[in-house]
Parts: sequence; structure tokens; C-alpha cells
Amino acid sequence: MEQFVQLIVTGLVIGSVYALVAMGFALIYKSTSILNFAQGEFVLVGAYVCLWFYSGLGLPIVLAFLLTMCFSVLMGVVLERLILRPMIGEPIISVIMITIALATVIKSLVTIIWGTQIMVFDPPIFSQKALHFGFVRVSEVYLWTIGFAFLFLGVFAAFFKFTRVGISMRAVANNQVVAQSMGISVKKVFAISWSIGALVSAVGGILVGNINGINSALAGFGLKVFPAVILGGLESIGGAIIGGLTIGVLENIMGSYLDVYLGGGVKEISPFIVLIIILMVKPYGLFGIKEIERV
Amino acid sequence: MPCGLFFSRYEKDDAIFQTTWLKVWMALLFVFLLTFPLYADQANGLLGLNLTNMMNLIFIYIVGAHGLNLLTGYTGQISLGHGAFMGVGAYTAGILANLGWPFYLALPAAGLMAAAVGMVFGLPSLRLRGLYLAIATMAAQFILDYAMRNWEGLTGGSAGLIVPSADLQGLGIDFTFDSDRSFYYLALVFAVLATLYLKNLTRTRTGRAFVAVRDRYLAAEVIGVNLFKYRIMSFGISSFMVGIAGGLWAFYITIISDEHFTMWLSVQYLAMIIVGGLGHVLGGIFGAIFFVVLPELLRLPAEALTDIYPSIFGIFASLREMVFGLIVILFLVFEPDGLAARWHTVRAYWKLWPFSY
Repeated sequence: MEQFVQLIVTGLVIGSVYALVAMGFALIYKSTSILNFAQGEFVLVGAYVCLWFYSGLGLPIVLAFLLTMCFSVLMGVVLERLILRPMIGEPIISVIMITIALATVIKSLVTIIWGTQIMVFDPPIFSQKALHFGFVRVSEVYLWTIGFAFLFLGVFAAFFKFTRVGISMRAVANNQVVAQSMGISVKKVFAISWSIGALVSAVGGILVGNINGINSALAGFGLKVFPAVILGGLESIGGAIIGGLTIGVLENIMGSYLDVYLGGGVKEISPFIVLIIILMVKPYGLFGIKEIERV
Repeated sequence: MPCGLFFSRYEKDDAIFQTTWLKVWMALLFVFLLTFPLYADQANGLLGLNLTNMMNLIFIYIVGAHGLNLLTGYTGQISLGHGAFMGVGAYTAGILANLGWPFYLALPAAGLMAAAVGMVFGLPSLRLRGLYLAIATMAAQFILDYAMRNWEGLTGGSAGLIVPSADLQGLGIDFTFDSDRSFYYLALVFAVLATLYLKNLTRTRTGRAFVAVRDRYLAAEVIGVNLFKYRIMSFGISSFMVGIAGGLWAFYITIISDEHFTMWLSVQYLAMIIVGGLGHVLGGIFGAIFFVVLPELLRLPAEALTDIYPSIFGIFASLREMVFGLIVILFLVFEPDGLAARWHTVRAYWKLWPFSY
């Protein structure tokens, strides 16, 4: 029982980061209908850039963090303008393939610049000291992670709900043509979506980088996002958050209880088994929009 | 002189080789391919490459790329799992060969096994389209990849599985396909068969049904094309072909491990048919040639540069991946129809030159 609760708590921490990255992913899909296979590489780049500012240049963490945010926004805008805008109206296969190719390029660039060795934030940003809540033991860095993840989730939820830009983004997601005729610049909204997608991924990367250190395996986060968004429904940002948390907890539990029987690494694939099951049973997820086909 | 193709009968329009000149060129190409190993050695010396080895890889990839092109290019179903399906074929062939099966039985069995697995993971294709299917097949890739790595009793795990070379002992002929040159002919046979099969399939009722499913699946269903049947069939045939490619790979390389059949291979297959040309028979061929020749072409300047920058070899793998990604991006942005379309334009241009209007 104690172990079970412990697993749920640590699962929720990683799940909150999944939720953050999944939100960026769902946002991009919702407003631009592009399935972003390079989401994990955004996580990777964010983590490495922040690490470089912080440990490499020795800037204070707040400044390094802000600079990383600026960098991510810039990267999102540039990628959208150069690579993804020409893809509007192209068949799905081209769009999918271009984000995969983009992921390949980003990942190899990162490997060329920073190598494959695992790197850590030095000195550590948050302390690793363990705190005890009853029988549950949580390290301080975990609490910071989940706190920051929820802070960003809350900020962006409020952003979509109340700000002018957020409302225009929802309008574009709902109907591009109508939004455009109402004077909303669809192109601008696309660029904003990509930059927010890159930004939240970078935050996720920095948070996880604090826990596990950074190497190119971090890009795997982008793939774990798929089960999360499929569970929540591709079009739903709220669903992505719930999906992220659920997948985080599920993979932790399945990983620790099934590893004995299936031999190591179950944690890595259990989200995908869940994904296949969801697709077979409830393909549009919890809050997705069921496609109705009219002839 | 005619300045185009004008067919007066349907049979003519339907023919595989539509003109006499095409037949002549094809015959010349065939003769060239048959005699290729004879002058490959001299060329090897000149270029510093192993051309026969490259051709063998090209042939194997052609079989697989045709398979994926049938599914993605003709039926419009996206698969990110073909790398793993190829692995299923390779392991089936390897395990059966180790049990003493001759290669001419193990190879079809490899295809059938891959087809069965492909059809199971293709089942969601009835309810899901496009994006969702890509995600489902991606999940299949990861699950199969995991099984290949961790089911050590069956696959040998990460240590790999040693496969005997293909031989004809079972037929009473003492011959083993254990050299590049002998395997060349085996691979050539399968590449030619796969190409002819794909070319032929597009002329049949089934092939037309595939294209109908791709273009307007609702309309296709309304005029009586059974969507479920043709989608699953497409998955089956496609995985069968890629399974055969996997079997050939196993018999050629003779040691297989899970490292080869990752997501990266699936992505490479997709890149092959995109760069080659989706929905063109030539697409798989051009794509396979492109992606076997490209790393070799990159290797030569990298080797030349090692004297100046000794560190370049350390990052060569990453550099190669980057070039690969950039090429796919450039193709998608500037030439979405691939090399096959470019080939047709160039040919049409020279046919009418200098009066191109």
C-alpha cells in the first residue's frame, strides 16, 4: 500500500510534466491541425539551452529561464514561418513526415553541439532533500516540479480563457474561415501556437532536467505525449492535462508491478499499450470531438 | 513523328510496357543488371565503394519500399510501423532457418508472419483515419520493438540472432548464397518480382479499389468497395512485402539484432517513398537508391575531412541524420511529388525538346 501511494505520487510529478508538454502539443494540433512529432525535441532544446545559459555562462537561474523562454518563442515562430507554413493544405502524410524530419534535424543538431553525455544543472537549482508526509517520501525537487507545472498550466488556461489573444486562438481552432473574416490574423495565431507549444515544452524540459539530468533521451518525452493526448482527446487541452497525469501515474504503476514478469523497461512501452487499447475502445478519447462524416 | 502517346485500344493503355522503346530500354536495363557484378569490381576500385553490397541493400529496400508505397501511396494509409514489421519478417526467417527450414520456405513464412502482425495492427484502420492511424502504427512499432529486445528466449535479445546463409541444399543443389555476388542475383529476383507485382496490381480491380479508397473513401464505399476488406488487405500485402524484405535482410546480413528495426527504419522507409514519389512504382526504386547511396556519398567527404577536423568522425552519425532530415524537409517543401515526378518532367522535356510547347 505504501509503495502504491508512493508510486502514485512520483507518477503525478512526471505526469504533470507530461501534462505540460501535452498541452503544448494539443494546442498546436487544435489551432493548426498539425500533429507535432517534434514536440520532444522542443523539450530537449529547451532543457539544453537553459543548461547552457545557467551552467555554461553562469547566469542566475531566473535570467537563464527567461532567456530560454525567449529562445523557445523565437524558435517556434521561425520554424512555423519557414517549414510549417508551406505545409498548409498538403496531405496528412507530408505534414506528419515534415515534423518527423524536423525532429531528426533538431535532435542531431543537439547531439552535434552538446554530445550524448548526460549533463546536470550545476549547481542544482532545487535541493534534492527528502520531505516526509506521513509515510510518503517526496524529494523537494519533485514538489517544485509539480508546483511549476501546475503554475504554467494555470497561467495558460487563464490565458486562453480571458485574454484577447487567447480568445482569438480559440476562435481559429473552432473555425478558421469565420475567424479570419472576423479580422483575426490566422497566420499570427499559428505562430503564437507554435511558440507557446515550444515554450511549455521548454519549461517541461527544464523541470525534468532538474530531476534526471539531460541527455538526448529526453526527447522521448515527446513520444509519451501521444498516449496522453489520445486518452484526453486530440482536440481537448483539458483532456491533454488529465491524460498527461493519468499516463504518468499508469506508467509508473505498470512499470513497477509488471517489470518482474516481462523483464525490464515496461515503463517505456506501457503508455503505448494503453494507447492501442484506447484507440480500439474509444478512439476519440475522453473529451475529443467525434468526427461525423457526411456524404 | 508523334509528340505524345495516343492509344487507340484499352489493352494498349493498360499494358505494362506501353511503347516499343520502353521495352527496348527495359531489356537493356535488365541485361545491365544481370551483368552488373562482372564490372562492379573494376568500378569498386575506381570509386572506393562496394557496389555489389550497395545494390543488394538497394534491392532489399526496394521490396520493402514497394510494400509501404502500396499501403501509403496507393491506399492512403499511413504506417509508422513498417520497420518493426520488417523485423518480424527477419526474425521469423532467422528462427525458422535455425530450425532447419530451407530459405525458400522460410522466406514466404516470414512474409506471412509479418502480414499477420501487420493486419492485427492495421485493424484500427477501419475506425481511424490519417492522424490516428499514424499514432496507432507508431505504438505498434514501439511494442514490437520492445518484444524483439526483451523476448530473449525467442529473439536472442540484444545479443542478436545468427542466421545461416541461404542455400539450395534442400533441392539437391550444392549452392550457398554466401557472397555479395551470389546474393545479388537472389535479391535481384525479389526486387524484380516485387516491382512487377506492384505495377500489375495497379492495373487490377483490387488496385483500382485501393486507389478509390485513397482518393474518396466515402464515394468508394457508396459504389460498393468494401472499405474494411481493402484496407486490411492493403495492410496484409504491404506487410507481407516488407516481411520478405526482412527475411532477405536476415539471410544477407546473417546476424540480426533489434537495433536495426527501430522507429528510425520506419521513418527511413517513409522518407524513401516520399523522396521517391508516393503512388508511383518508380517511387520505391528511386527512394531506395537515394537512401542507400546518400550515406556513402556523405562518407567520402567526411573521410577526406578527417585530416583537417579529426573530430568529424565522432559526429558523423548525427551529421548523416541531419542531412537526411534536411533532405526530407526540402523535398516536402519544394518537390512534394518526389523524384518520380521530376523524372517524368525531365523525360517529357527531352522528348519534346527543343519545341517544348
